[in-house]
Amino acid sequence: MADLRNNFVGITSPNPFWLASAPPTDKAYNVERAFKAGWGGVVWKTLGSEGPPVVNVNGPRYGAIWGADRRLLGLNNIELITDRDLQTNLREMKQVKMNWPDRALVASIMVPCVEEEWRAILPLVEETGVDGIELNFGCPHGMSERGMGSAVGQVPEYIEMVVRWCKQYTRMPVITKLTPNITDIRHPARAAKRGGTDAVSLINTISSIVSVDLDTFSPNPSIGGKGSHGGYCGPAVKPIALNMVAEIARDPETYRMPISGIGGVTTWRDAAEFLALGAGNVQVCTAAMTYGFKIVQEMISGLSDWMDEKGHKTLDDITGRAVGNVTDWQYLNLNYVAKAHIDQDACIKCGRCHIACEDTSHQAITHMVDGVRHFEVIEEECVGCNLCVNVCPVENCITMETLPAGELDKRTGKVVDPTYANWTQHPNNPMAQVAAE
Amino acid sequence: MDRLGSGIAGGRLAPADYERNFSDLHPRFDRHEALVAADRCYFCHDAPCMTACPTAIDIPLFIRQISTANPLGAARTIFSQNSLGGMCARVCPTETLCEEACVRHTAEDRPVEIGRLQRYATDIAMETGRQFFARAPETGKTIAVVGAGPAGLACAHRAALNGHTAIVFDAREKPGGLNEYGIAAYKAADDFAQREVDYLLAIGGIEIRNGHALGRDFSLSDLTRDYDAVFLGLGLAGVNALGLEGEDLAGVDDAVDFIAALRQAENKADVPIGRRVVVLGGGMTAIDAAIQAKLLGAEEVTICYRRGKDQMNASEYEQDLAASKGVLIRHWLSPKRILGRDGAVAGIELDYTALRDGHLTGTGETGVIACDQVLKAIGQSFRASGLGTLAMERGRIVIDEHCRTSMDGVYAGGDCTNRGEDLTVQAVAHGRDAADAIHRHLAAAGQPAVAVA
Repeated sequence: MADLRNNFVGITSPNPFWLASAPPTDKAYNVERAFKAGWGGVVWKTLGSEGPPVVNVNGPRYGAIWGADRRLLGLNNIELITDRDLQTNLREMKQVKMNWPDRALVASIMVPCVEEEWRAILPLVEETGVDGIELNFGCPHGMSERGMGSAVGQVPEYIEMVVRWCKQYTRMPVITKLTPNITDIRHPARAAKRGGTDAVSLINTISSIVSVDLDTFSPNPSIGGKGSHGGYCGPAVKPIALNMVAEIARDPETYRMPISGIGGVTTWRDAAEFLALGAGNVQVCTAAMTYGFKIVQEMISGLSDWMDEKGHKTLDDITGRAVGNVTDWQYLNLNYVAKAHIDQDACIKCGRCHIACEDTSHQAITHMVDGVRHFEVIEEECVGCNLCVNVCPVENCITMETLPAGELDKRTGKVVDPTYANWTQHPNNPMAQVAAE
Repeated sequence: MDRLGSGIAGGRLAPADYERNFSDLHPRFDRHEALVAADRCYFCHDAPCMTACPTAIDIPLFIRQISTANPLGAARTIFSQNSLGGMCARVCPTETLCEEACVRHTAEDRPVEIGRLQRYATDIAMETGRQFFARAPETGKTIAVVGAGPAGLACAHRAALNGHTAIVFDAREKPGGLNEYGIAAYKAADDFAQREVDYLLAIGGIEIRNGHALGRDFSLSDLTRDYDAVFLGLGLAGVNALGLEGEDLAGVDDAVDFIAALRQAENKADVPIGRRVVVLGGGMTAIDAAIQAKLLGAEEVTICYRRGKDQMNASEYEQDLAASKGVLIRHWLSPKRILGRDGAVAGIELDYTALRDGHLTGTGETGVIACDQVLKAIGQSFRASGLGTLAMERGRIVIDEHCRTSMDGVYAGGDCTNRGEDLTVQAVAHGRDAADAIHRHLAAAGQPAVAVA
């Protein structure tokens, strides 16, 4: 039986599945239910400064896009940080931590970018006995207009400064939550590292408008006919999050900095992929908001069963295993050749591979052969682009077959070269580095 | 009459039972059901379903239009190829046409529900009364259409679209042909056939004259004299006879008459049915008659077919439907004579049959099924009358791929012809194509002759 126990910057939890700072972690009632359901940890919904709490809109806070059968693929929200007063949250956090000593409890914090504000709140949080803090530099709506959230996360100097204050005024581990609404995620990550952060967590939500009501011409969610950009999350954002996690994981400056992976984690597979790309654990929100807390049971059993099947004993056996395989395009092997192959027994003859290739790619798949509807790869034309594999509705019907070294590539008329050669060495590259004679 | 009364009688069921039994076989999809069903379509290239459809409706396109919440656009796509898309959605044997060709049938034995999706879109369009097509400018030409069934209606509609006037003659009291008289009630509930006719006529340029029979009230030569072109969509008015002892006993009826009477009955309880009914035949008519006999409250309904299950013309889906309604289907039984008592049917004696050297023969063994009604559904035939010298082949009108008959200016389509299967959708395709062929013919005739140097 795989050991799913997680140690993330010294914070331990029975499994690597944490609930992200969000509505599901707004108060003791929800968090208690989450822990009962089996979640390993919770990042409590973001606390603000003492005083009158923020208010939310009194209309719809969420918008969504759906797949077939209204399966929720992407969620967008315009909710702000906690709208309950600080003392209530602190009192509940303290009680919950006492009730659940084996679970991770982390406080998310967002206060104005002023040293006094951070110095004031940190001791209050520390007194509750929570395991650590997460700095919310990600929220892209509402709070950012007030100079907080992503307004801080978009300026590396601010990140560094605030992280430094936090490390100065608390002994709790500091996790810096990053916004994806920037051009290069490595810069805020490096800044957090320079400030002394113990870890980063990412991604926060992506600035978005999910839809427009075509009767009223109001963006959704519509508040009396007006809409505002919100934060996008859910399964649709996972690829963006995976890349950003990997960028940080393989950046020499932030290499081996602990990462808590966030962004569309819906199943154990998603979690395993985040771990493989360098995350030490994952945080989940939309999946829980869609299906309830019970989904963690699928995540725990799925991850555990896969680890058993593959012989991975602990999470350390997985974390970062794919990082070494992420590289820059220029280092990809240009002598590697693959061709699509269609399994005729599995083919249901929908013709999508043909029309995708014919209309939009390389005219490398037949439609009719000897007057019969027949789909077959024309190797002389196939560049191995994988589009047919992706549009085929039958899994494993079309596969990419590696052409072994020494075999003839019918498209180029050349024999596959066994050696590795990339763009940096390619004769077409004016910057090619020619080996010294 | 109570449920178990012997003989042939109406009122075997409570009023609520009739209402339930003869309501829509498949209720229309609601919006969400339609979206889920539509999402299963793969939008195939050169789609096999489209090829399998005799009217070549662009099925992937209309389903995609449904999936993007554009059912009216979907209806336009359907109606542009098949003006009777609403009825075809109800009566097409989709399991042997588009849905059999569906790649998801290949993949998982569960095709996209094309027929029900087509009904969803066409119902919405017809309820809004939206007409998608405007007539071309009047040409001043008038086309005589004989038969207001699917072929004739499709022809008249397309002719009207092309700017011609269509005069449709029909021997019956109401237009619709088999749609009105020959389809099981639960497939065309709520007077759908007449609603569809009204929807088609709303385009204008079509006049229907009921009670006018070819061969009785006018002849083909009258039409060719008085009109610019003629289309014959006569259907199959004749029914085959058994030629057996006892066939004239009270209680021996043609299944088509039974089905028609049931369709026309204001109150289904007025339609008399036997306590024990035997239906002879293996096609759709046999199935429709048997199921409806059961739905009218017959205690025991048996279909007897002289060959095996695989040879039945009724699709497997229809056979299963009959079985699910409690109809017993028996194979390899051929009627020998009908037994009577006091001038009425008391039973039927049947020969057990077998295939020997490819020939169907009696085995010599016989059996008797007690019954008080026998419905004959052993095939319909074309009853030619008033057609003059029109070329025929095996009792049907000979047409070419443009639906032209042997007489210049005379076209034909549907069941009365020698081309295609005897299906509503095939008749619609013929009618449409004939109208277009007529249009080309009239346009060419109207062109001044061009001298070629």
